[in-house]
Order: sequence, then C-alpha cells, then structure tokens
Amino acid sequence: MARYVANRLAQAIMLLVIVSAIGFAILHLAPGGPLSQFAASAQMTQEDLDRVTRQLGLDRSLPIQYLDWFGRMLRGDWGRSYRDGEAVLAVISSHLGATLELMATATIIAVLLGCWIGVLGALRRYSLFDSLATVGAMIALSIPTFWFGLVTIYVFSVKLGWLPAGNRQTVGDGSLLDLLHHLIAPALVLALVETAMWGRFMRSSMLEVINQDYIRTARAKGMPEWRILTVHALRNALLPMITVAGLQFPTLLGGALVAETVFTWPGMGRLFLDSIGYRDYPVVMGILMFSAIMVLIGSLLADILYAVVDPRIRVG
Amino acid sequence: MTTAALSTNQLAPGQAAWRRFRRHRLALAGALIILLLILGSAFGPYLLPFDDTYIDIMKRFAPPLSGAHILGTDELGRDVLARLMMGARVSLSIGFVAMVIAMAVGIAVGAFAGFYGGVVGAVLMRLVDAMLCFPTIFLLLALAALIEPGFVTTTVLIAATAWMWVARVVEAQVRSLREREFAVAALAFGSSNLRIMFRELVPNAIAPIVVAATLNVAKAILLESYLSYLGYGIQPPAASLGNMLNNAQIYLTSAPWLAIAPGLAITLAVTSFNFLGDGLRDALDPRMNIP
Repeated sequence: MARYVANRLAQAIMLLVIVSAIGFAILHLAPGGPLSQFAASAQMTQEDLDRVTRQLGLDRSLPIQYLDWFGRMLRGDWGRSYRDGEAVLAVISSHLGATLELMATATIIAVLLGCWIGVLGALRRYSLFDSLATVGAMIALSIPTFWFGLVTIYVFSVKLGWLPAGNRQTVGDGSLLDLLHHLIAPALVLALVETAMWGRFMRSSMLEVINQDYIRTARAKGMPEWRILTVHALRNALLPMITVAGLQFPTLLGGALVAETVFTWPGMGRLFLDSIGYRDYPVVMGILMFSAIMVLIGSLLADILYAVVDPRIRVG
Repeated sequence: MTTAALSTNQLAPGQAAWRRFRRHRLALAGALIILLLILGSAFGPYLLPFDDTYIDIMKRFAPPLSGAHILGTDELGRDVLARLMMGARVSLSIGFVAMVIAMAVGIAVGAFAGFYGGVVGAVLMRLVDAMLCFPTIFLLLALAALIEPGFVTTTVLIAATAWMWVARVVEAQVRSLREREFAVAALAFGSSNLRIMFRELVPNAIAPIVVAATLNVAKAILLESYLSYLGYGIQPPAASLGNMLNNAQIYLTSAPWLAIAPGLAITLAVTSFNFLGDGLRDALDPRMNIP
C-alpha cells in the first residue's frame, strides 16, 4: 500500500511540474508577455519598461525565470492582482467558499439522483425507464449549461417568481433560508450534466456487478433479493464511482464557472471572468493553476481512496 | 459468379456495421438532423428576404410569427431566423474544422507515443495528462483572453483544448496493434516506421477514431457556444449560435425568443452528433465483429 501511494504521489508531482510549465508558457504567450499591462499605459517610456523588466527579472533566461516562478508558487507567493494589489492566493481563497458550496451541493444532488437512475436502469435493463434515462442523459450532456441556466431563470424567476434570478443572497438578509433559496437554481443547473454522467457510469458499473458469480451464489443460497442488491451488488458497484468522482472533477469545475456566470454567483468562476475582462493576468493565471492543482489533488485522492477500499488495485 | 460471391463476403463487415447502425434509430435521426442543419445553414440564408446583419431599428423586438419575421427580430431589428442560419453556418464550420485539427494533432501524438513507447511515449502521454488537468473552459478562456478573437483563433483554440482525448484513444489502439502479426510483417518487409504507423496501424484503428471525431464535433460546437456566449469567441456583427445568446439574458423578460431559438439549435446540433457517435460506436465496435 505504502509503495502504491508513494508511486502515485511521485506521478502527481511530475504532473504538477508539467502543469506548471504549461501555465508558465501560457503566461509568456501573452502579447508582450507579463509586461503587457505596463506597456499598455501611455505614461511608460521605453526606459521605464526596461527598468520594470529588470526589476521583475524578465531579462534573465527563461529556464531561470521558470525556476524562480515555480519556487515562488511553492512558497505561496502567487503575485499580486493588477486591480487592487491584493495577493493572488488571498483573492482566490476569498472566492473559493462560494464555488465549493455550489459544487458540493450539485455533487450531492447528482450522486443521489444519478446513482438511483443508474441502479434502476441496470436492474430493469432495456425497460421504458432505462431507455428514457439513456436518451435523457444524452440530451442533458448536450445542453449548453449556460442556456439551461437562462431557461431556468426564465421559467422559475421571470414567469413563476419562485426563485431569485441570481446572486448568493439578498442584500441585508443573510439567513440560512435565504442562502438556500439562492442556491437551488444554480446547484440544479450544475447538477444536470453531473447527474447524467453519474447515471451512465452507475448503470454500467451495476450491470457489471449483477452478472458476477457471487451474486448468483447469493441468490442460490436463497438470500432475499433486497439484501443481495444492497449488501452485495450496490456496495461493489459503488466502488468504481470513486474514480468517476475524480474524473468528473474538471468538468464539475468548468460547469461551476459557467453556472456562476449566468447566476452572478460570487465564486471563483465569476472572479476568473471578471479578471479576464480587466486583463488581470496574475489572477487569471493564478486561478488557472489553482484549478489544475485542485484537479490533480482530486484525482490523486480518488486513486488512493480507491486503493484503500479495493485491495485488487494495489497489487496490479 | 465466384467474383460476386467473393465481393459480398468482403463487404460483409461493412454491411453488418450498417445493419447495426440502422437499428440505432436515434443515431439515424441524428444523422438526418445534421444533414438538415448543414443544408439549412448552407442554403437557407439565400431563401430569406433578410440579411443577417441588416439593422432595422423600427422593427426592434418583433415577436416570432409577427409579419415576415418567422422567428422575430432582436434588439437591433435583425431577423432572428437569418442570424440563426448564419450562426449555425459559423458554429458548424468551427465544429468541423476544429475537429479536423484536433484529430490531426491527436492522431499524430497518439501514433508516435503508442508506436515508440518508452521515453518518447511517456513524455507525450504525461503532456496529455497534464493538459487534461486544466478544466477545458478555464484553459480556453485564459488562452482566448490573450489573443485577438475571431473565427480562426476560436477554431484553433478549441482544437488546442480538444486533441488530448483523441491522443489517448489512438495511443492505446496503436500500442496494442503494434504487436500484431500484420505490423510485424510490415516491419519485416522493410516498411519505414512512419509508413507502418500511418498506413498500417492508424487505418486499423479507424473505428474508434471515427467515433472520437463525431463526438469531437459535438464538443467543439458546445465549446464555441460557451466561448462566444462569454464574449471571447465570434465577435458581432457576425453571428454564431453562441454569441446570439450573448445579450439574451438582458432581454429575458421582454424578449425570451432571443434566448430560446439559438439555445435549441445548439442543443439539437450537439445532441445529434452525440447520438450519431453513440450509434457509430455500437455499429463499429470491433469487439462485436468477432463471431
């Protein structure tokens, strides 16, 4: 087990280095590179630019710059926002809570609903329910999230007036009920794609399990059907879902960005778009790297957790 | 007689695949809708009396089915149907072109990584893994913010964030096909590595490649709509299915039809390609060809 974890950890660190190199390359792809913001202002003369270049250490060779940048990233110094001079990590962490709240709620909805749909679809394979679920999942995966958000706002906010059209809370009202009221629409919109994915994966995982020998054995022993399903089938069918959760993480994060835009949700995605609008590259790059690292850690945790619950993985 | 019998025998796998595909009614419907969308966006604009960028300030916000404007007009009095057709033309083109670029890059990277394996393969595939760590939309927006938006840049960016899955599929295929007799035979005949890769191995992996290509078009159309909706893709006055929704949120209360038509068009196009890809997977799955 220790060897597996160490192996997987080494892989993750190597990936982190490549990820950071890609991030660094993107930063330098910008027209004018990291200097573009200064170059755009009219008061800067060429001498000023040269001075800033030296101050920021941009006259050094690229590998040295990269090592310096990477070292500072590891120490938590991610630069400062062009907009208000705040540290990038502080700006990100102040918006992280709202995004995590949205993602967690959507995941809970998606896991419960998706697993239920998937299990039922597998048990009644090719039934009307199964066919409808399969077609429904395909359509859900094809609907642009932002458009589904717009339709939700139109139906439930504009026409019915049941839900607020955006934001995390009503100004001056910070009660839990108010927060939940604002959370419903964006969480459901974000959960749509996730539910479809979980349903599909759960269905195939369940189908694989219920055709195994030990299920037949349990049935032959005369075990009641509900017990076979819950104790033997469901427990084993849920195991691969840990991997699905890890794989789904980038999609979930991307979906959160889109949902936040439509519902003016004050999270990381919203911050990302605002920062792009302001050409606030340190924050843009910070969020890009931060989300990639979150994905990296997510898949690492999923792999380790899977190895903990399923001993077959450690050996292979 | 013998020749005829032989040729039917040779056609059999293709015929079997076609028969399986025909059974997949949703995939057939998807193919039909795609055909209609292509024809509609290619020839539709010539059948309408309105130009997609013609501004008629006197006829702003005309609701659908009012007078000559079948789908109504937008905030500048432009005909929504005309914009929808031109927008679909742009979005479908981006979908296809981005798919071709992503397939070319993905197949090349996957073939090299799968064929050579070792350090080359490991480096290339770790690059793929690292690229996949970035949530697609974040990567796409960050790159789009750095360069001038337009048709070419939007297409290239979408391809740049979509080739990794293709590379994974092709790498796995090539790695397993490399050991098969026909590949070893080609090597024994003195074929060059490049020739074995792209004339022997890749054509034998055509089934998953075709499926990946179809699903890639769906993904590219979806990504274009996200990018243009957020204002970093196709720029007005040119229409795309995504940027038509750009202002729709502001007018959601007064003119909901501005949001409904383009969104439905995107969903229809993406769903069709996804169903087509699903049907092709069932039809071409090599595992099902083994009797």
